[in-house]
Amino acid sequence: MGLMFKNETYRGDFTFSNSPEAIRRFPFPFHEDKYMYTVNIEPHVPGPKGSAYEFPIDIDEHYLSDMADRALVLRDDPLRCQGLPHMITAEWDLVELLMTSMARDYPEHFSLTREGDNWHWINRPMGIDQKFIFGDIATLPYRPMEYITRQCQGDFNLLDQRDGDLWMDAGIVTSQADWSLDFDVGMSFKEWHAPVPMAHEIGVFDRALKFLLNMQQGRPVRRLNWTMTINPRLDTAPETYHKWGTDRATVTPENVGNKVHLRVELQGLWRLPRSNAIVFSIRAYLIKMDELVTVPKWGRRLHRVLKSLPDPIADYKGLTRYRPTTIEWLSKYDDGAPTSPGVWPE
Amino acid sequence: MTMSTDIAVRVSEAETIAQDVKRFRFVTLDGSPLPEFSGGAHTVVTMHDGDRVRRNPYSLMGSPSDGSSYQISVLRTVDSRGGSAFMHDKVKTGSELMISRPVNLFPVDRRGRKHLLIAGGIGITPFMSMMLQLTREERPFELHYANRTAGRAAYVSHLQSAYGHRVHTYFDDKQQMLPLARLLDGQPLGTHLYVCGPSGMIDWVLKSAREAGWPDENVHSERFQAPPSGKPFTVTLARSKKTIEVAEYQSVLEAVEAAGVDAPYLCRGGACGQCETAVLSCEGTLKHNDHYLPDDEKASGKKIMICVSRIDGTNVVLDL
Repeated sequence: MGLMFKNETYRGDFTFSNSPEAIRRFPFPFHEDKYMYTVNIEPHVPGPKGSAYEFPIDIDEHYLSDMADRALVLRDDPLRCQGLPHMITAEWDLVELLMTSMARDYPEHFSLTREGDNWHWINRPMGIDQKFIFGDIATLPYRPMEYITRQCQGDFNLLDQRDGDLWMDAGIVTSQADWSLDFDVGMSFKEWHAPVPMAHEIGVFDRALKFLLNMQQGRPVRRLNWTMTINPRLDTAPETYHKWGTDRATVTPENVGNKVHLRVELQGLWRLPRSNAIVFSIRAYLIKMDELVTVPKWGRRLHRVLKSLPDPIADYKGLTRYRPTTIEWLSKYDDGAPTSPGVWPE
Repeated sequence: MTMSTDIAVRVSEAETIAQDVKRFRFVTLDGSPLPEFSGGAHTVVTMHDGDRVRRNPYSLMGSPSDGSSYQISVLRTVDSRGGSAFMHDKVKTGSELMISRPVNLFPVDRRGRKHLLIAGGIGITPFMSMMLQLTREERPFELHYANRTAGRAAYVSHLQSAYGHRVHTYFDDKQQMLPLARLLDGQPLGTHLYVCGPSGMIDWVLKSAREAGWPDENVHSERFQAPPSGKPFTVTLARSKKTIEVAEYQSVLEAVEAAGVDAPYLCRGGACGQCETAVLSCEGTLKHNDHYLPDDEKASGKKIMICVSRIDGTNVVLDL
């Protein structure tokens, strides 16, 4: 497979960048030249070879850098990882889901041997060799969810299902688009979605909740969400807003290409077997405008999407301050030619 | 819905364990392990009875963490629409069936400090896996299990030897009454109540719990509701452009499936909401038999749960 892990930063000197291969596999989210909220849920089945959808859990060239950034976030703020006591079975379910997926799909990097409850996990890129007893928290150096998610890209939330609702009762959230697990932990589905504009009124959350409550084992689903981030920063949390909020005021016509990033979240949902909980994964992909416009269709389309985006959505996503500058910069890459349907490069 | 994730199994044991109750054990055809599940989960068994296809949900009774086999128990119902009679008369050791992956609409609330389980008759089945899970997770529980007669009571001696003083049995023919008022009174704060059994028993327990001041969030129930029969009528499927007959002992969902049209379902008992279907027009009256739609939506005449509800009339047009 030839996955080469890069050593780059999401803070300070911001050395993060995408290789040409990573640009081609970027999960571009816009299938047409405009955007509106929809229940854009589809089966999480294997996608094209090499794409971000090829495997249930995508490991890419940024793996080690992502894990190093997560360790820094957790060092400074342990509350980014929380699990209410009744979610411990769901935490073990997550260990199984992630370890079996990673070992099956990336066997040169990860391996898992199971003999009953005696498990042996090897993570070669991170130099980890761990024997433990599945179900016995004393045999791992961290709680189960924290243990495995310190070794897997993406944020993870464990949703308990009861009383006809879903409850965000556990999670690890270190690469988020301005939301806080510490604030949301214990909330119901509509409570944690309350800040989203326009979508409640068109019934998106009623339909999404009904769909999720009846999710079945073995039939995971996924959806894409998106926003924009100034500088390639994975951790844009409310808790650290004082560190990154002012970045939005630094965008100039000269630096758009390097500073402004499209941020796409590949969100996966699985019904877990032992706990009957749902795991909700949020994997963030970043791409700077200079990289994005190397795919002409994406440059044209993002220009049109940003131009036609309703103001409340732009406000909610935090784009308002630098949207005009970015649209102006992207206009150089939009010759008015029609774009083909679908998300893939032409 | 013809589920691509269904599992092909063979019956490895079939045993009568009480009057009109048979226990079946399933293993996969290819020897691969079955998915683990959570206590209270069910599977939908697909039966091919000649050219008829029947699908019934049955609670999984074995250990949730044992993937080597699944077990279900089937009560032969007096007014059997055919499913339970087929399981009793036609399904033997060696028979092959398709089953769905586990679905849990009756899970344990893991926040509970104590779990009070109330079973009536065949309603014991979801508690079999629940109690194994509660034991494994070292959570306090007690079971109160009512039956008409000792002969009809499944698994009593097994339960008593496995769980001892936590099991309490009551037999109607011995004038033993489940002491519901006493059970509902004086439980420790944080107790969760679960009830499964005949519809009348569930109604009694839910009503009594509410009157005793139990919060709705702490009270859980699961009904085994077979689709009620009724006069035949026709259904027009607007999207599939088909008109089909629904027979007296058939549900709309079964008729739709027999016509080769996929419709979503999970519980087949009017509880989960998965088969909610829009009614475009109706010549007659909708007969709602589900426990899912709120009263105002039932009254609106615009929605029907096709797994259990039907019409009293001639024809209904559905958005399917």
